[in-house]
Amino acid sequence: MSPLETVSNHTIAVLVDNEPGILARVVGLFSGRGYNIESLTVALTDAEENLSRITIVTTGTPMVVEQIKAQLERLVPVHKVHDLTVEGPHIERELALVKVKGTGEKRAEALRLADIFRAKVIDTKTDSFVFEVTGTSDKVQTFVELMSSLGLVDVGRTGIVAMTRGGAAF
Amino acid sequence: MKKPEESATTGADLLVKALIDEDVEVVFGYPGGAVLPIYDSLFKQNKLRHILVRHEQAAVHAAEGYARSTGKVGVVLVTSGPGATNAVTGLTDALMDSIPLVCLTGQVPTHMIGNDAFQEADTTGITRPCTKHNYLVKDVAVLPRTVHEAFYVARSGRPGPVVIDLPKDVLMNKHEYAAPKMPVQHKSYRPQTKPDQAKIEQAFELIAKAKKPVFYTGGGVINSGPKASKLLTQLVHLTGYPITNTLMGLGSFPASDKQFLGMLGMHGTYEANLAMYHCDVMINIGARFDDRITGKIAEFSPHSKKIHIDIDNSSLNKSVRVDLPIVGDAGMALEELIKLWKAKQPKVDQKALKAWWAEIETWRGRDCLAYTQGKEIIKPQYALERLYHHIKNKDHYITTEVGQHQMWAAQFLKFEQPNRWMTSGGLGTMGYGLPAALGVQIAHPEALVIDVAGEASIMMNIQELSTAAQYRLPVKIFILNNQYMGMVRQWQELLHGGRYSESYSEALPDFVKLADAFGATGLRCHEPDKLDDVIKEMIAIKGPVIVDVAVDKAENCFPMIPSGAAHNDMLLGPEDRATRQVSEEGMVLV
Repeated sequence: MSPLETVSNHTIAVLVDNEPGILARVVGLFSGRGYNIESLTVALTDAEENLSRITIVTTGTPMVVEQIKAQLERLVPVHKVHDLTVEGPHIERELALVKVKGTGEKRAEALRLADIFRAKVIDTKTDSFVFEVTGTSDKVQTFVELMSSLGLVDVGRTGIVAMTRGGAAF
Repeated sequence: MKKPEESATTGADLLVKALIDEDVEVVFGYPGGAVLPIYDSLFKQNKLRHILVRHEQAAVHAAEGYARSTGKVGVVLVTSGPGATNAVTGLTDALMDSIPLVCLTGQVPTHMIGNDAFQEADTTGITRPCTKHNYLVKDVAVLPRTVHEAFYVARSGRPGPVVIDLPKDVLMNKHEYAAPKMPVQHKSYRPQTKPDQAKIEQAFELIAKAKKPVFYTGGGVINSGPKASKLLTQLVHLTGYPITNTLMGLGSFPASDKQFLGMLGMHGTYEANLAMYHCDVMINIGARFDDRITGKIAEFSPHSKKIHIDIDNSSLNKSVRVDLPIVGDAGMALEELIKLWKAKQPKVDQKALKAWWAEIETWRGRDCLAYTQGKEIIKPQYALERLYHHIKNKDHYITTEVGQHQMWAAQFLKFEQPNRWMTSGGLGTMGYGLPAALGVQIAHPEALVIDVAGEASIMMNIQELSTAAQYRLPVKIFILNNQYMGMVRQWQELLHGGRYSESYSEALPDFVKLADAFGATGLRCHEPDKLDDVIKEMIAIKGPVIVDVAVDKAENCFPMIPSGAAHNDMLLGPEDRATRQVSEEGMVLV
């Protein structure tokens, strides 16, 4: 396959006006044009200017991803669009809450693994833990998989937030 | 001193004032519960004219016709719920064809939104994908600003429709009027209009060195304003290169000019499509490589370097990968190219150009639009040629419905100027032509406005004859009546073994009586030798006219690039079709 046909993951950061319907606009664009959303996070990041930052992980060929970027830029309340994957080194983080139920050896093992993953215990009963784990999606995924044999009850994940390395914005 | 309450105006009054501040002269609309305050404000003033249509879809098409023939923003006013949902087809049409509109929709009062109130619809939700942008105004204080912003968004960059959803309580609440701050400074929306100079220079180099060039230009040139069409004509003349127009671009270059190859695409001319296939440099200005244009992408113009100038960055490299994408306004880019051409006086390879033109002339020699008019039955092509003969020296505007008649109109009517041709290109909306013609006639009361129609399409917004009658709009509806949904029938003949499933126009009305019932004049023509008289009579009648022209039922629209085929694989006539099968891949395409 030529590089032009290779499908790969891209992490895109979008700065938008924090107004009603903006998320629907972005999500509608993806569903309407048949683009994938692997992960999506959004929150107000600049209260003074009333701006939100949306981080989307999507997949596509370079031509499709270029098109996604152009389509996002075309939305009226969108200020900036950055394809972090293309623009250079960046860091990605995800946070998960992982609930595990169990006693005895399984409970002890869950706690040992949590320690290895630098996961924090943020709630506990005598037979359960809720862990908070942060890291790349891979790390979070590995932790969740390890917990599945140790009494995993529930997982909540935030999706990815990302930022460029170094001092420049985005 | 007056209390603020007394001097303040209602939201509806502020809205009307804001429209007047935007130099709006006419609004196309239909009243209803949620917009009663606006209609009350309209009643109390005499600067804004309101045209009452008979269906909200028609209001939008009429505003499109108005916008396309004037270059101004068209304005629509409809009520909540069904008023807004009826407008959706028109909004989608305007989005696809990049027509600047502002559509005001009524909404239930803010405290009832989300309660499934009477005539409530989630208008901003429904119209989000079919508008360039939309607003729900929840506070009367921001209403005028929102209106001005909406006009700015509608008309700048790549134009498009903008919806403003107006809850009834917002329309009744009071606030002080303030003159608008112009021009509008938008927080985030800044379309790039000025093209990158370095890229323009690269484009110039490519154009100047071309051996087999072709200009392929579209609606972007028309949207840029009449000056862009003049500049395009100038540049094409300077270079001596051939030019073809898309359906949306007709009129941006004079059709009678010998450098014009006609329309390209699925029903474009043989010479235009082959020039596209064999060219070495393609200069796309304001067109978007639509699937009706490209045919099979993998075999689209395989040997050319492609320059693409478009105001919308998302149109670049969308379906066809180009060598030189340039974001910018067509008119500005043309101006820069002309400047460079004049300054550098490039030496074009005249020998190559001559050979290229000779090649094009052999394609032209095939006379791909030829047809044979017998003594008995009127050929639709003949009807349009005669129509054009009688209108060409008159100040005229053409609208169409959608189907075979539309393609024949594009092939056989000649457009010498921009803004004279209103047709639903992207969405292909049957029922577009009559309301669009009304909008054109409102803008140009003295002009001859003709809706070239099919008997099936015209039935989709036939109620607008009533609007024509009410405002004495003398539009002429020229029906090419073949008693079929002709394009559907043509495809069924080509792709579905001639099984004409539901494409026969059964139980048609008597169009002459129908015209009479609406207070218009009806004429009919069966015989080829009476056609001229009927057309002359149509033109002479002062009011609205329906002309029912009985044409050959079996006639198909050629040339045709069958779906899934390439430009060099055209069907030139019925005899071609018998020998070729459309691929399975092509069957899937529309």
